[in-house]
Amino acid sequence: MSDIINLTLSALINKIKKKELSSQEITNAYIARAEKSKDLNTYITTDFENAIEKAKKFDEKGNFDYKLPGIPIAVKDLFCTNNLKTTAGSKILSNFIPSYESTVTQHLWDEGAILLGKLNCDEFAMGSSNETSFFGNVESPVGKKVVPGGSSGGSASALAAKLTPTTIGTDTGGSIRQPASFTGTVGLKPTYGSCSRYGIVAFASSLDQAGPMTQDVSDAALMLDVISKYDTKDSTSVNFKRGDYFKSLSSNIKGKKIGIPKEYRVDGMAKEIESLWQDGITLLKKLGAKIIDISLPHTKYALPAYYIVAPAEASSNLARYDGVKYGYRSEGENLISMYENTRSEGFGDEVKRRIMIGTYVLSSGYYDAYYLKAQKIRRLIKNDFDEAYKSVDAILTPSTPSSAFKIGDKTDDPVSMYLNDIFTVPVNLSGLPAISIPAGKDKNNYPLGLQLIGKAFEEQNLLDISYSMEKELSFKNNLQDWWI
Amino acid sequence: MSKNKEYLIKRGNSEYEVIIGLEVHAQVLSKSKLFSDSPTNFGAEPNTQVSLVDAAFPGMLPVINEFCIKQAVKTGIGLNAAINKKSIFDRKNYFYADLPQGYQISQYKDPIVGEGSILLDLPDGEKKVGIERLHLEQDAGKSIHDIDPQNTLVDLNRSGVALMEIVSKPDLRSPEEVNLYIKKLRSIMRYLGTCDGNMQEGSLRADVNVSIRKTGDKKLGIRCEIKNVNSIKFMQMAIEYEANRQADILEEGGSIDQETRLFDTKKNETRSMRSKEDAHDYRYFPDPDLLPLELTDDFISKIRKEIPELPDEKKKRFVDKFKLTPYEANILVSDIETSKYFEDVIKNSDIKLATNWVTGELFALLNDRNLEISQSPISSKNLSTLINLIKDGTISGKIAKTVFEIMANESKDPKSIIDEKGLKQQSDPKEIEKIVDDVIKENPKNVELFKSGKDKLFGFFVGQVMKKTDGKANPKLVNDILKKKLN
Repeated sequence: MSDIINLTLSALINKIKKKELSSQEITNAYIARAEKSKDLNTYITTDFENAIEKAKKFDEKGNFDYKLPGIPIAVKDLFCTNNLKTTAGSKILSNFIPSYESTVTQHLWDEGAILLGKLNCDEFAMGSSNETSFFGNVESPVGKKVVPGGSSGGSASALAAKLTPTTIGTDTGGSIRQPASFTGTVGLKPTYGSCSRYGIVAFASSLDQAGPMTQDVSDAALMLDVISKYDTKDSTSVNFKRGDYFKSLSSNIKGKKIGIPKEYRVDGMAKEIESLWQDGITLLKKLGAKIIDISLPHTKYALPAYYIVAPAEASSNLARYDGVKYGYRSEGENLISMYENTRSEGFGDEVKRRIMIGTYVLSSGYYDAYYLKAQKIRRLIKNDFDEAYKSVDAILTPSTPSSAFKIGDKTDDPVSMYLNDIFTVPVNLSGLPAISIPAGKDKNNYPLGLQLIGKAFEEQNLLDISYSMEKELSFKNNLQDWWI
Repeated sequence: MSKNKEYLIKRGNSEYEVIIGLEVHAQVLSKSKLFSDSPTNFGAEPNTQVSLVDAAFPGMLPVINEFCIKQAVKTGIGLNAAINKKSIFDRKNYFYADLPQGYQISQYKDPIVGEGSILLDLPDGEKKVGIERLHLEQDAGKSIHDIDPQNTLVDLNRSGVALMEIVSKPDLRSPEEVNLYIKKLRSIMRYLGTCDGNMQEGSLRADVNVSIRKTGDKKLGIRCEIKNVNSIKFMQMAIEYEANRQADILEEGGSIDQETRLFDTKKNETRSMRSKEDAHDYRYFPDPDLLPLELTDDFISKIRKEIPELPDEKKKRFVDKFKLTPYEANILVSDIETSKYFEDVIKNSDIKLATNWVTGELFALLNDRNLEISQSPISSKNLSTLINLIKDGTISGKIAKTVFEIMANESKDPKSIIDEKGLKQQSDPKEIEKIVDDVIKENPKNVELFKSGKDKLFGFFVGQVMKKTDGKANPKLVNDILKKKLN
């Protein structure tokens, strides 16, 4: 059984196709491990009985041509799943059972995957450490009392702890890449418009994007093949020609031009991050890539712009949670007091903070100074990338300015928490694809990730570069299963 | 500008002019909603026409209904307005129980249609009323407070239905102009098939902006907005009340507060709803779930080709080609169904007679029975036959009225009614001559009196002939023969 959970997604698929393993064996292995790993608090809702049932059915008459034949997968609890509670990590949706399925998860099931359950996340995906979830914080398998990052913290932790062979998260400002970096896993945020947002609980609509979180780069390519599809139910979905990412994967990156943006050398960046980045540059050179110094001059405005745009959209997106139609309701004497009671009891502090920021920056008299200006900055940041891509194919940066921190370390200081997203938010503001791959460890043996940022809709290029690096890096988490 | 008898509010020595602007909310005629595929049927059971999108379930996204866009562009063209090739859907944020998203998707700074105009026919000429803009937005649901004593119930059937908000410039000056404006706007939209204009069903409602200023003043006064008035009569009453209320305040040296008011139809008064200070901050911003709406020239020109002849052009054609008076043309074109009916009738019959019959007998009948022209018991074909029977002398105009009455009750064609009842006109000169001879023979005294100069007795002889023929004798023949015989 320990063999099963140590296999990558593509290895599992091979074994299933060769009938060396059954879906039931695999599903049972992950369930058994999850049962022993409750201390990590990765799951909000499990659906194990159904999963076993589905695995049985798959073994009886499954289609082995599927891309994910009989593969059990747990997903972030931001994806609506038909008939299974979907909470977005919030009290206000703690009793919400959708009657519909998100497009992205539907693609998984359509390719033969089996839902294991719903993974913990920051409330409405607002957080960088999975400490804002109504269902409690998640521990990272990389170390005791260490945060897995956020907001897809449950997903990253479950993946790293081998409770699911792969998973999907959502990334609004780094919510896939930062936890991937903190847990020694691979996280890909596709180009905005690649994966449908239909059925994903919205945080900030113009930034939200679903993506795969995997054990290695080829698994990410495989998952992207499954979930990146045009969807008419999402008006921001883009109908571009998608690649055959897994099949086309190539480790030949000779002659590729990689940009190194000077603005990402931020003050006070840890030495180990600096050397991680330097090692990445050296490795790319060795692989035949050409390193080019570039400038993204508006980078320093990205974080403030992000923390205006994202809360603004969130303040409006979260208005629907009012206790009237579904979800948590706290009665009141009249409509207004019902709203007030429901929302003040139903939302946590971080969500309330962002609703207030968002409401403020959209208010008349402040709109031009904040929201409008942030949108202009967003355009400038995008222009920076466009300019850079005239001379490079991709950009290499650290994924995060530091490695994983301890639970509770930053909860009292929202701004230092927000600083975690400094390398990831420019990507969301520009709608570009980016991937975080594990590239080293800090002095505590916690993983560190490197981020590759690509051109819009050129995920293949991004996957190829990271695939070639991954081979050379041969990163291993070597977890000791201390939580079991 | 109209030299029409001016509508002024008088207070002592002062005269106030009333300035009115309308924001009309017209429901787009469409089978499905603006951003979802739910049906839009009126009067359905509560909450039966609601999709997950309309009820704002988590993760649900709006997708623009292209047909509604076409309808808005069509209406814009009908209002002689600029069509904006790029427009933006914004979120208007506010909390209410019947607003499931917590925001209404509307258009704020960049509406789909820009400036245009509508021509009003006033008794002394035409008046052009400016259109400021037309934008698309979602309707909200309905809160029902009077079914359950403890709770408010919410019906989301209307939630997400497409509305066009058509904003006029402050060009209207009286309740009567408002009446004409609404009717003309409704007429244009019905011609276009973009709104059924049904005010009882709420397909057409308006917010009425009213201010007053002393005659001769150039500066506009402070306005009050009267929300959501759903009939022309109420709009007129509300304006009347509001203008007088404002005049009273100014006359006493007070000043008008800019505020939103409600019209109480039972008490016939407007009441303050909220002041400017309490006005919502709607926190408009572009809806990130929707990309800017971009229309191609091709899309717009295709719609332009679908635009039918509109009331103004049709009126001109009726006057130029059919030689109708502007008044006649106006009443025949104001409703598209009426104009269609009329044109069907005149396809095969005399225009002058048809005009008289449609605007006279037919309108009276419909009015009497409170029917729309589409419900007329007399088809255009039958009316045209009747008119031809008059024209060719088969029946007299008088008999025709009798036939018309029977048609109205039995919906039969006039020929069979005439045959059945034997109402055919006697037009055989020999037979009429025989009857005339009889009448002359039977009334020697009157013949003598007539011959001695009592001309008025001619009518008596006509009456006698008609009596003998049950009114069926051709009146022209009777006249001719009588004249010949008596002189």
